[in-house]
Amino acid sequence: MHTQFSEQDLAFKAEVQEFLAEAWDDELKAMVHNRDTMKKGMVEWQQRIYRKGWMAPGWPEEHGGINWSVTQNFIFNSERARVGAPDKMPFGVTMVAPVIYKFGNEEQKQRFLPRILNSEDWWCQGYSEPGAGSDLASLKTRAELDGDEYIINGSKIWTTYAQYADWIFCLVRTDSSGKKQQGISFMLIDMKSPGITVRPIMTIDGFHHLNEVFFEDVRVPVANRVGEEGMGWTYAKSLLVLERFSIAEVADSKRFLAELKEMARQEINGGRSLLDDPIFASRLADVEIDLMALEYTELRALAAAAAGGTPGPESSLLKLQGTDVQKAIQELRMDVAGYYSNTLQGDLTPQQLGHDFADFAQKHYFRGRASSIYGGSDEVQKNITAKYVLGL
Amino acid sequence: MNFNLNEEQSMIRESIARFVMENYELDKRNTVVALEHGYSPEHWQQFAELGWLSIPFAEQHGGFGGGPADTMVVMQELGKGLVAEPYLSTVLLFGGLLQAGASDEVQAQTIPAIIAGELQGAFAYLERQSRYEITDILCTAKQDGDKWLLDGEKTVVLNGGAAQQLIVAARTSGAQADESGISLFLVDAESSGIERTVYRMTDGKQAANIQLSAVVADTVIGKIDMGYPVMKKVVDDARLAVCADALGVMESLNTQTVEYCKNREQFGVPISSFQALQHRMVDMFAACEQVKSLLYRAVCTAAADDPDAQRSLLALKVKTGRAGRLIGGEAIQLHGGMGMTDEVAVGHYVKRLMIDNLLFGDADYHEQLFSELVNQPQADAAQLVSQTDSEAA
Repeated sequence: MHTQFSEQDLAFKAEVQEFLAEAWDDELKAMVHNRDTMKKGMVEWQQRIYRKGWMAPGWPEEHGGINWSVTQNFIFNSERARVGAPDKMPFGVTMVAPVIYKFGNEEQKQRFLPRILNSEDWWCQGYSEPGAGSDLASLKTRAELDGDEYIINGSKIWTTYAQYADWIFCLVRTDSSGKKQQGISFMLIDMKSPGITVRPIMTIDGFHHLNEVFFEDVRVPVANRVGEEGMGWTYAKSLLVLERFSIAEVADSKRFLAELKEMARQEINGGRSLLDDPIFASRLADVEIDLMALEYTELRALAAAAAGGTPGPESSLLKLQGTDVQKAIQELRMDVAGYYSNTLQGDLTPQQLGHDFADFAQKHYFRGRASSIYGGSDEVQKNITAKYVLGL
Repeated sequence: MNFNLNEEQSMIRESIARFVMENYELDKRNTVVALEHGYSPEHWQQFAELGWLSIPFAEQHGGFGGGPADTMVVMQELGKGLVAEPYLSTVLLFGGLLQAGASDEVQAQTIPAIIAGELQGAFAYLERQSRYEITDILCTAKQDGDKWLLDGEKTVVLNGGAAQQLIVAARTSGAQADESGISLFLVDAESSGIERTVYRMTDGKQAANIQLSAVVADTVIGKIDMGYPVMKKVVDDARLAVCADALGVMESLNTQTVEYCKNREQFGVPISSFQALQHRMVDMFAACEQVKSLLYRAVCTAAADDPDAQRSLLALKVKTGRAGRLIGGEAIQLHGGMGMTDEVAVGHYVKRLMIDNLLFGDADYHEQLFSELVNQPQADAAQLVSQTDSEAA
């Protein structure tokens, strides 16, 4: 039992740091942090990672993947988060690509994977529907076969960054006669297809990340169906475990917590730093301790996945506890911001407003409320853990 | 990186689990804790024969040369079985102090005897006023020629009834709670001037309050005035061990609770089918996994002498206390009225968890230590870039 880095790991860490120092520069940072240039910035960021050859850890090498050890993945992600660089957009490289290289045909692999790898295509995920959220399998968007095309009708909701997307991967119903998990197929759909409309959904953080996507007689070639008809649920399920890993965002929470601590140190209430307030300090310590536990829970899950292929019971907790920690940090950050946590900055500079992190605190707090809802709500995660881990 | 047990650790785990299965059903345990000193001397001999008493000691004294992971394995299994024998007191505390600070000669006289199961010991550190502060020591040691005379009172000395020898923390200089000026003395428990008041803890184990009146001591563990660093190291090791014990207890409580709920029927169905109860059991499981993760973290960082070791250990002790309260309370609640009875094991396990929380300081105390450690200004704080609005974050 040990978590020590080998000489090779330390060399890799140095290489990652060197790469980040160069690739994550101030210009790119500004581009990514500005909502008008965010997409362009993210594509550029991912292309820099791609040119380094690090875009697709875990993919088969024949498709441009790189075979990183569990420790290397951990090192890259920790270092990336430490400098405040964002994770890659997951929809293409992490979510749809594994379904394509595992279950897709040769033509699909050749057609889609290279463009995911170099970030030419921006993907979004079409799973949830207005009537199917945590109960994902009850989805109703239907696809009817018409010659060598499917005709798709229905709608998808909570589609992150659909407004930017070139492609959407969808679960659609090709058969409604059997159990609800059966009769679902996995479809790749060009967002430029006639009949698709995207309606923005403004969220309580004041941003436009989410959308509703409507399909009205959208014609999709049969060649865009991945794997067999009716097997979509099985393919998608294999993804959900991966999603739980990435939603935990352990490395990012570490950075946010370190920043939070410095913010609290500088807040003075009645002549005393917030960090010296025993009640605040206790709440802060609770979060830090949970995060320390989470970090090792993630390592345990990664080590188990590397050894046996199947993540252990601890992985079912990653999402639950990861989002708990994220939300707790966001709450503390709001408390640190005090009055300013509920001011709207608008066009004012932080100096005019009086605080330089209130806006960030507030937006993160409101956006963060979603984390225990998406990717399977807390309650669904608990149902899954009760059933599959505790055998209840 | 890996979290696997090695072959020897797996063997130790299996052999303790077998011992527990054969000897520690609740009825048998009740018989054991009712014995004179709250444990079975026969079991202790068996521990010696199976080599468990040798695990943390250096090879030169016949030990196994084990590290934190080995102790973890032992304690976790002993906790699972609610084993009453004084492994913590005699092997880890008393033996740990001897190994960390005694002269070669004293080690040669004592450690092989501990390993052979012939010597019981205890560490007398606590006093009436000290609460959780192990440096808060009023008991004095005054030099008298080449000997020392100990005066004062020690409380809640675990295994204080059975102990043949004691290590007493006494003040040789400094103020009441100073780290310096503490010295450790090895004395015979039957020495003249020692009066023991022996009593039971809620988990059935024995402890003693010890009055010392001009007790003659000639064996110092470590150096005079410099007992604290020795004590600190051994107590830190013991903290980790206690948390491993608690993890075993929590795992067992969770298993018992899940089994009970699957079998207990109300309204014509097993109560495990109720979502309200399922989610509570998931919360128990999740708390237990957090403790396990922090325990692995503390073990890995301690074994590697990592700068993060102290922070990890304090975090572990905090979480163990908090998770123990949650799991203990929920286990009783989900067992309903049965959880209130002495006839089922649950309550016995809960009592052990409560004591594990208290040992060397409870969760709140450790959280204060944790905050003091982690909230110091950090050298790399300047590197943290002030966050601006990030859509992609």
